[in-house]
Amino acid sequence: MKTKTCGVTIHCKNDRMECVIGGDIDHHSARSIRMKIDEELYRIRPRVLMLDLSGVEFMDSSGLGLILGRFSKASEIGAECILQNPNEQVTKILDVAGIGRLIRIERKKENV
Amino acid sequence: MNNDGTKARRGRKRAQNEVRLIFPSHSVNESYARSAAAVFVSQINPTLTELSDIKCAVSEAVTNCIVHGYRDTLGTIYITMRLYENREFRIEIKDKGCGIPNITEAMQPLYTTDKENERSGMGFTIMENFMDSLKVSSGKSGTKVVMSKKLAPLPTVIK
Repeated sequence: MKTKTCGVTIHCKNDRMECVIGGDIDHHSARSIRMKIDEELYRIRPRVLMLDLSGVEFMDSSGLGLILGRFSKASEIGAECILQNPNEQVTKILDVAGIGRLIRIERKKENV
Repeated sequence: MNNDGTKARRGRKRAQNEVRLIFPSHSVNESYARSAAAVFVSQINPTLTELSDIKCAVSEAVTNCIVHGYRDTLGTIYITMRLYENREFRIEIKDKGCGIPNITEAMQPLYTTDKENERSGMGFTIMENFMDSLKVSSGKSGTKVVMSKKLAPLPTVIK
């Protein structure tokens, strides 16, 4: 199953819901990404929620809000939240907020 | 206004280039503002990291004007950007919104008045981290954020 809207593509495999986010995440774009993910999250109720950030070129603190919000929604339904492949700029912001202590961040080897 | 420090400095240093932007507080203009800042700074060849730091700090300040300063109303955002000969970039971002009652509290990491809309409360912390200086002044007539960053010297080309 594949759903596409501006900024996020959602795939589902077994118990995993994978959200591939693209473009810039700011206060303006976060709203629609958040609504799309939440709608599917409550419908599918996966065991694992993956947020793939490899296509995110820019993110500000609204992105932190988006990630923390999805983390807590996932926790509510007993799902694990994992972040994937943030670029250098996004990593810097995740580090300022200490997100790595709360949420698992996976990186592809070629990105290191 | 308590901008005596700023004034004295302005008298000493003349800006090499200056740009002013005035635009309505539509959230779609967040990306416009940070891109405009990036294009303006690009003329002195910043590093990619410096560029993304500046974009992010500008995005935070402009989002604050839209989300907090003008909350449920539409207002005007005023930006002045300057470049100085010592490769210093200065930006002033102003709104005529509701103002911040307690700046010290507002600047605390994770402090937010808008949990509902998933504001992380990290805006000022990011501005502080990504720029060299950050000054916030606020009152009944609005809020002004002044940030500066001195860019690294250009690598010398050996011929």
